[in-house]
Amino acid sequence: MSAQVSRMSRAADARVSRRSKRRLPAAWRSPLALVGIVIAGAWFLAAILAPWIAPYDPLAQGLPRLTPPGEYSVLGTDVLGRDALSRLLHGARVTIPLAGVLVVCAMVLGTIIGAVAGYIGGWVDEVLGRLTDLFMAFPTVILAMVIAAALGPSLYNAVLAGIVVTWPMYARVTRSLVMSLRSQNFVIASRLLGYSPWRSMGTDILPNVMGPVLVLASLEVGTAILLLTGLSFLGLGAQPPTAEWGSMISGAMQNIDAWWLGVFPGLAILTVVMAFNFIGDSLRDVLDPLSSAERQGAGSAVGPTTVNADEGDPSAAVPSEPTEQEAPR
Amino acid sequence: MPTATKAARSRSTGSALPRYLLRRLGTSIVLLFGVTLVTFVLTALVPGDPIAAALGEGAIQNEATVEAYRERYGMDRSLPERYLLYLLALVQGDLGTSIRTSRPVLEELSTALPATVEVAFAAIVVSLAVALVLGTIAACRAGKVSDQVVRVVSLVGLSVPTFWLAIMVYRLFFMQLGWAPGSGRLSPALNPPPRITGLYLVDFALDGDPVGFIDAAAHLVLPVVVLSLFTIGLLTRFIRSSVLEVLSTDYVRAARAKGLSSRRVIVGYLLRGASLPILTMVGVAFGALLSGTVLVEAVFAWPGLGTYAYYAAINLDLPAVMGVGLVVGVIYVVINLVVDLLYGVLDPRVRLG
Repeated sequence: MSAQVSRMSRAADARVSRRSKRRLPAAWRSPLALVGIVIAGAWFLAAILAPWIAPYDPLAQGLPRLTPPGEYSVLGTDVLGRDALSRLLHGARVTIPLAGVLVVCAMVLGTIIGAVAGYIGGWVDEVLGRLTDLFMAFPTVILAMVIAAALGPSLYNAVLAGIVVTWPMYARVTRSLVMSLRSQNFVIASRLLGYSPWRSMGTDILPNVMGPVLVLASLEVGTAILLLTGLSFLGLGAQPPTAEWGSMISGAMQNIDAWWLGVFPGLAILTVVMAFNFIGDSLRDVLDPLSSAERQGAGSAVGPTTVNADEGDPSAAVPSEPTEQEAPR
Repeated sequence: MPTATKAARSRSTGSALPRYLLRRLGTSIVLLFGVTLVTFVLTALVPGDPIAAALGEGAIQNEATVEAYRERYGMDRSLPERYLLYLLALVQGDLGTSIRTSRPVLEELSTALPATVEVAFAAIVVSLAVALVLGTIAACRAGKVSDQVVRVVSLVGLSVPTFWLAIMVYRLFFMQLGWAPGSGRLSPALNPPPRITGLYLVDFALDGDPVGFIDAAAHLVLPVVVLSLFTIGLLTRFIRSSVLEVLSTDYVRAARAKGLSSRRVIVGYLLRGASLPILTMVGVAFGALLSGTVLVEAVFAWPGLGTYAYYAAINLDLPAVMGVGLVVGVIYVVINLVVDLLYGVLDPRVRLG
C-alpha cells in the first residue's frame, strides 16, 4: 500500500515536473507572476532570516511605549514597548508556514475524498457528495470560528479548522476531473489490460488531476492566510504574546490612535496574499489544461459551483452537460 | 437520451414546477438535518465546557448551581438524547434558549439576521454593478492595458484582509475626516424604526422617516464598501471570462455584423448570454459575503449574524451556535433555489423537472 502510494506520488511528480519544465518559462515571462515571485520570495527570506535581521526580540518589552515610526525603531513600538518591525518579521515565520500546512493537508484530504467519490461512483459518491455539500453550505469563517472556539483558541486549532472548511473545494474539483477521466479511452484501456484500480488511479488518473488541483492550491494559499489571520484577529488563533499579524491588528484596534500598529501588519498580509494570488493566477493561465474548459463549463471544474438545475434528473439539463451516470464502471 | 428529453419537455408544461419545488424541499430538509448534526457534533464533542463559560468563577464552585444549570439546558442527558430533544423542539419551531443571554435563540436571530441581510444585500448590489462594468471592459479589451489593470485590481481586491481594511476606513473616514458615521446601524440619538421587516432602510421608508433613512443609509456606507471589495474581485474575474466566452459566439458576431451599437450588443447580447454563469457566481459571492461579515461586523459593532455567531462560538453557547448553523443553512438553500429558479427565467432551455 505505502509502496503504491509512493509510486503514485512519484508518477505524479514526474508528470508535473515534466510539464513544468516545458511550460514554466511562460509563467516566468508573465510580469504578474514575476512580481508575485519577487514579493513572496522577499517574505520567505524575511521569515527565514527574521532571527538575524530583526533589530530586537519580538517579545522583549524594553523600548519606550507607543512611539511612532522613526523615533526609536523603523516601524515604531507598541503599547508594551515591543518593536513593531521585529514583530512583523517574526510574524512571517508564523503565518506563512502554517498556511502552507493548511493548504497541503486540505489538498491531500480533499483530493483523496474526491478521487474516491469520482472513481468508485454509486452510493459512495452519493454519500461523499452530500458530505461535501454539507461542508460547503457553511460560510467558511463562521464554521472555522465555531470549530476553533470549540477546540479552544490556538493557532494549531485554527489550522485544523481551516482544513475542515477548505477540503470540500479540492474534493469537488478532483471528483469532476476523475469522473471525466474515468470514461476516457486510455483509462479504460489500462483497465482492460488488467491493471489494478490502484495502478490505473496512480498512473492514469492522478497525474492528470494534479495540475488543476495544484493551481487551485496555489490560489488557496492566500485564502488560507486570510482565514488564519482573521481567526487570530478574532482571538481564536494565535494567542498573546505571539507575534502574529492578525492578533497584532487586533491589538492595534485597542490603540487606534497609534496608526502604525495597524497599518503595517495589514500591509504585510495584503502583500503576501497578493503575491500568492498573482502567482496562482498566472499559473492557472499557463499550467491549467482546464482553464479553457472551465470557461466553457462555467466554472464546473474550478471553484465552488452551487447550482444543479437538473438535480436528480439529467435529462432536464442543458443538452451539452456531460452525463455522469453513463460513464462505464 | 432523446426520449428522456422529450419526456422532460412534455412534463414541464404543467405540474413540473411544484413537483420540482417539492423535491428541492426534500433535499433541502436532508441538508439542514445534516447541518444540525454537524453543528451539534462539533459543539457537543469538544473539550470546552459551556457551563463553565456561562457561569462565573464563583458560581462554578457551587455544585447545586452547576447541577441546576445542567438540568436546565439538558446537559445531564446523553448526547443522542439531547440531539433528539433538540430536533423535537425544532420541529415545533423552538430553537432553544441561549445559554449566554437566557433569551430564546429564535428571537435573537430574528433581530440579528436582518442586520446582516441588509448589509450583505447592499454589498452584493454594489459589487455586481461595479463588477459588471469592470468585467465587461476587461473582456471587450482582452489583452490590452485596461484588461491588465482590471486583472490586477481584482486580484488585489481578493487579497485585502477585510478586517484590516475595515479598521483603516473606520480610522480615516470616521475618526479623521468625519465623512461617515462610525459603528452600529444607527446614530445613538435616533430610535430604531417600527419593526416590519427588520431591515432599517425598508422600515424607515415604510414609516416615512427621511431622517432615519438617511442615517441608516450613512451607517451602511463603510461596511458595504469594505465588504464589496472582495466580492468585486471575485465577480469581476468571473464576469470577464463569461463575457469573453460569449464574445466568440456566432450570435454576437451576427449582432455586430448587422450594425447594432456596441451598447446594444453588450447589454442585449453579451450580458444576457453570460447571465447564467454570472448568476451562479453571485450566489457563491453571497456565501462569501456572509463569511466576510463576521470580521467586518466585529470592527463596526454591527449587531448582525456574524457578531452573534462570534459571541455564541466563544461562549460555547450550543443552542445559539446551532441556531446560527441552521439560519446559515437555510440561507444557502434559499440562495441556491432562487438562483436555480432564475436560471429557468433567464434561459428557457433550462427546464426544472
